[in-house]
Amino acid sequence: MSLLTSLARLRALDEGIAQPIATVRHCHLSARPMVFIPLKLSGEAAAPLAAMLGTDRAEPRLLVVTQPRNRDLRFAWAAELAGLLLPYIQGFLRETETVERKNADPYERALDAPQLIVPNPAGVAFTRLLGRSTRFRRADGPYPVPTGVPLLGRWLTWFAERAGYPGSSLTIAATDELGRHWASGQSGLEDANLAALLAWITDGPSDDAEDPLIWPPAGPVTDPGFDAEVLAPAIEKGSAERVTEALRTQLEPTWRLMWQAIDLLGGLPEGASVAQRWEQDRASFSGLAAQIEDGAPPQARHDGAIAAAARLARMERAQAAYEVQRAYDDPLVMAEYRLTGEAFAGEVVETEPENFEGEGRSRKLRPLVVVKTDDPVRLAPGTTLGTPQRRGQGAQLVSASDGLVTLKITKGMGRGKTPTPGAVPEVGERVCYTSLTDDFQGAPSLPDAEATPWTHGGPPREYRPTDEDAREEWS
Amino acid sequence: MTGEDASPEQAISPEQVIRNVLADLPRNRGVVVDSPPGAGKSTLVVRAAAHLAETGEPLMIVAQTNEQVDDLVTRISERHPRLTVGRLSASGYVPPLRLLELTGVTVGTRIQDLGDPDIVIATSDKWAWISGRTWPWAIVDEAYQMRSDKLLRIAGLFERALFVGDPGQLDPFSIVDGDRWSGLSWDPLQSAVSVLLRHNPDLPVHRLPVSWRLPATAAPVVSRAFYPFTGFRAGTGAGERRLELATGGMGTVHDRALEEAARSGWALLELPNRHTVRTDGEAVQAVALLAERLLQRGAVAGSEQGERPVTADRIAVGAAHRDQVAAIRAAGLPTEITVDTANRLQGREYDVTIVLHPLSGRRDATAFHLESGRLCVLASRHRHACVVVARAGIAELLDAHPSAEPVRLGVPVKFPDGWEANQSVLEHLARHRV
Repeated sequence: MSLLTSLARLRALDEGIAQPIATVRHCHLSARPMVFIPLKLSGEAAAPLAAMLGTDRAEPRLLVVTQPRNRDLRFAWAAELAGLLLPYIQGFLRETETVERKNADPYERALDAPQLIVPNPAGVAFTRLLGRSTRFRRADGPYPVPTGVPLLGRWLTWFAERAGYPGSSLTIAATDELGRHWASGQSGLEDANLAALLAWITDGPSDDAEDPLIWPPAGPVTDPGFDAEVLAPAIEKGSAERVTEALRTQLEPTWRLMWQAIDLLGGLPEGASVAQRWEQDRASFSGLAAQIEDGAPPQARHDGAIAAAARLARMERAQAAYEVQRAYDDPLVMAEYRLTGEAFAGEVVETEPENFEGEGRSRKLRPLVVVKTDDPVRLAPGTTLGTPQRRGQGAQLVSASDGLVTLKITKGMGRGKTPTPGAVPEVGERVCYTSLTDDFQGAPSLPDAEATPWTHGGPPREYRPTDEDAREEWS
Repeated sequence: MTGEDASPEQAISPEQVIRNVLADLPRNRGVVVDSPPGAGKSTLVVRAAAHLAETGEPLMIVAQTNEQVDDLVTRISERHPRLTVGRLSASGYVPPLRLLELTGVTVGTRIQDLGDPDIVIATSDKWAWISGRTWPWAIVDEAYQMRSDKLLRIAGLFERALFVGDPGQLDPFSIVDGDRWSGLSWDPLQSAVSVLLRHNPDLPVHRLPVSWRLPATAAPVVSRAFYPFTGFRAGTGAGERRLELATGGMGTVHDRALEEAARSGWALLELPNRHTVRTDGEAVQAVALLAERLLQRGAVAGSEQGERPVTADRIAVGAAHRDQVAAIRAAGLPTEITVDTANRLQGREYDVTIVLHPLSGRRDATAFHLESGRLCVLASRHRHACVVVARAGIAELLDAHPSAEPVRLGVPVKFPDGWEANQSVLEHLARHRV
């Protein structure tokens, strides 16, 4: 936990209400998100019990497995889920744009993408398990499942994988995302309770959040008291209606909390880089849709050697970019870097807009700017700097001493003899410069899977789906 | 789990190990050499490079950082001036002066710029950009520091390779969570050597048996704690390394700690038990005072290399976190004294080290602080003596925090266990407490 977040938590405890740790929203929020609250049967790894889902807060849909130990009913439930989720997902595929690429063919990218919002990280994990247990099934052969179920499995797998991708907004765990914008006065473990976290953010901590009779757990695990006293008798009775109504009581409160969380996040203005990251999400969405269209097999159980290295490189790149973009988008995040000396903010006290370097044809405009700052500057002369105020520009630290930092603008000045108006900060303007920059070198290429070297086990065997895959147990 | 069940190679001379390695090279696709701290790893790399270059076949050498590459270039060129060496670098790299003065060394950003040297050396990051040519031989240095995904990018460039490294150092890491790959034999976050050996379990693994750096007082301690199954011994006998303080002490705890370290090779300066912030002011002060007194008292180090004063550049201060390093630097040490984190002290050597114990003043013992490699690096950089500064109560802290990391299927059990290694070192330090 960073210093400022620790401070915000202490202050939250002191004042009895959560403190903002972000001034803008760092995730994309869809106009029509799919809220998805899954429940599982206690004691089973991935036996679905129920789910409440929908894109309209007034019309939650409830799907229930009335006898969770019956595998046929489970797959019937998965088919129902597919009946709701697949049309939602496929609806986004209709409108696309053509994207030109360097050294590659242009491709079609969806204009918008689906967004799955689950209550907590455990909900994401359960989504992954659901995907894992359905994507290898087949609609024909010895162990058939309803059509749509294997396809659902592939999309659920994709949603769960994107949740682990830094900066992606395709799958949002409500408690995680709220925790990135507000600091409560409780522990990280307690923050995973949606009701408790929302209480801290809205009215202040409340004991009600701990009471499963008022706020049942947000899933996927159900309250043991409810299991023993309500659910078990209802299932034993064999009354589908009683089971359904019992589960409705467990899900409806969380449904309300989920929309409250969405409203809270929606109340924040969107960060400047969010659209750029959502664009990558849209590309990923169109990518999987194209693969499915081409008849590619379901996502592999494990990444092969090459796929693992490629994914790691992509994720590290995304993580680094996400951290830099958050700092550029949000002065409160940048403040962390100002504390560690990787950024400084202050007032411009002197400028030399028409400073030139070099002679003849290589004579270039390199304006000098002197900033007065109270921040501790721990950057060496020559460090490359960027600034959130002028994102296209690059600068270089010339010297720093006694709270006065001299820097010269080295990038984004164009070819002119004089700077364009507004390109160089004016005396008196408040500016912030940082050594964090978002221009990373691309990763070197990896060999093809068929060329996996001997150090990593050699080329892998090709995967062919078999009936064995479909026989795997679902629990 | 003690050092007694030593491997058979411990009795072999280092020279014999090197000969065995060179003999194994043509017979195997890969050969791995484990080297404990200061066991002559670089010497081995230089010998093997010359040996392979003599065959007339081109050789590529992979190291992990630019400093390591520059060091290797210098050593090879000084020892074997007739070999031509090409140093491949990224475009922003400025070669140090000592490199440009060497004959037979060319520096370039592209393979084509280097001519056709006997040996091409670059970092693994740079090698990943090279393609379209293969080398019959490769030497991969610091292979335990290298992540396996880096090896994956360059393994297509060579046919056979010698992997050299220290298994006791810090494991490679990533800024993203890599749990999804744990248990896979090609887990990209594992070290290059562990992935290599999981796929090629029959490759020969040799061990350098003698640490030339660590004195007789330290080798058994480090060997027992961090290399429980693959012990090593010191290259010098008891009493061959001496540390003498020219001026008398004033009887302060700092002076007594230095005297204990001079006498026995170790000292533990124990501060009162207290939970503190990471940049514990008292501990930082104690570290700074120790360094200052060490210089003031005119320490002289005597060894097989002769007598020399312990000047500031022969002293290092190590800590776990960067903010601790910043705090210690800010306490006013002479700038010639190296102050750094365990990560950056890897592979370096000093006469005397002063270490701020990673668990000092902590309330909990996380996996980061328990990682055995961290303590191993900090406790194995010295030729003469190591002074540890710590708050009391670490043994109790360890007892209250047994390793609680989840056990994952398919992940080989890692030895040594950080918790046990910490206890072992602590037990030894307790005998040198002031």
